Amino acid sequence: MNHAVPSSLAAPSEAASPQAMPAPAFTAEEVARLIACPSCDALHEEQVLNNGEVARCVRCHGLLEAPRRSAMTRIIMLALAALILMVAAIFFPFLELSAAGLMQRSSLLDTVLAFSSGMTAPLTLAMAALIVVLPVLRFVLLVYVLGPMAIGWAPARYARPAFRVAEALRPWAMAEVFIVGVAVALVKVAGLAHLSIGPAFWAFVALVLVTVLKDNFMCRVSVWKTLEARRRS
Amino acid sequence: MENAGSAPPVLTARRAGVLGCAQCGKVHLPGPERCARCGSVLESRDHTSLQRVWGWMFAGLVVYVPANVYPMLRTSMLGKTTDSTILGGVVDLIHHGSIGIAIIVFVASIVIPVAKFIAIAYLALSVTHRVRLSPGKRQHLYEVVEFIGRWSMIDVFVVAILSSLVRLDFAATINPGIAAVSFALSVAFTMLSALSFDSRLIWDASEEEDA
Repeated sequence: MNHAVPSSLAAPSEAASPQAMPAPAFTAEEVARLIACPSCDALHEEQVLNNGEVARCVRCHGLLEAPRRSAMTRIIMLALAALILMVAAIFFPFLELSAAGLMQRSSLLDTVLAFSSGMTAPLTLAMAALIVVLPVLRFVLLVYVLGPMAIGWAPARYARPAFRVAEALRPWAMAEVFIVGVAVALVKVAGLAHLSIGPAFWAFVALVLVTVLKDNFMCRVSVWKTLEARRRS
Repeated sequence: MENAGSAPPVLTARRAGVLGCAQCGKVHLPGPERCARCGSVLESRDHTSLQRVWGWMFAGLVVYVPANVYPMLRTSMLGKTTDSTILGGVVDLIHHGSIGIAIIVFVASIVIPVAKFIAIAYLALSVTHRVRLSPGKRQHLYEVVEFIGRWSMIDVFVVAILSSLVRLDFAATINPGIAAVSFALSVAFTMLSALSFDSRLIWDASEEEDA
């Protein structure tokens, strides 16, 4: 991959007071050609990147921009695939346990409802949110934001707040953490009873893979820029 | 590793008297309250950031104590009920011989939370105090903290899966303990603490030294 490191401007010789905001050093036209690193605030001159190129901040090496070819279509397809997988994961049996002639089947829904009694009841809501609701909400929001643009329409009316929410939800959608939790739980009960894995488990594993792929394709700054460009035209 | 000692001298949006959007990177002349591109609130620096970081961190610390003291899992087998705490669960796993899983649980529920408290406190202090670590390394530390926080939830998920799965009446039943709630809260609070941190503050201190 070829690194297009944007040229940074040299710091001005006269030291500006760090507390008060100094007068703007740029005009409105100049400002439009700049990009500030979201992580460390360093200014860069924006460069036109080809697909597959990556722009990183010269100071903190944080990602500035990484446009990908047909990223929008791919993200939408992956988000739709994830939604379908989620439906399968919720309704098919997830894990089956048998011991001493007794059999217990557990779906994702049962797992979510595990905390539904007594003092741990509030955790039910949190679990439902972390494993099912927030991931689904993210997929739906992404389809809503990118869908109209992918087929050449102007962005949907609430595309901007929708994408902001989708990005804010990112750390809270914990499907992949849940999968590791399942692995640990399997080992813990392995000695106690015979366990078999249901179709929903594999649906969920696929869902996690799809989510990771999708997040790799998505570049936040590129999406914002596309949103802005399409809104104007 | 890249040159860790000295970051290249760069002009930041703040020193140039303009505002950079922390969401999408768009640069604005001072004036607007919200970014024209993405609609996020525009602030040169988030001045309430450190307050929120400390607030959430102490909240997380407070609920982390009961999470370790009270039982996480309540297992009843053939009429006998045993409670196990987070650390107890790890010890049980070692006795069963699953060292690998024991390490995963130990790292996720004890090492990561404790390391996170220390790392967040260090980062927050480094804004106002001189520290040895270069801004580049601290930025890296912040990214690690941000990425790793959610993985502490593993133990809560394990408890949920076990208690939904192991319901074989008299033979064996597993119920969640109250520590599951406080542990989940602790993870959420420390995540909020890390998210409240404005990483641009890391770089400001070193800039003042240069100037």
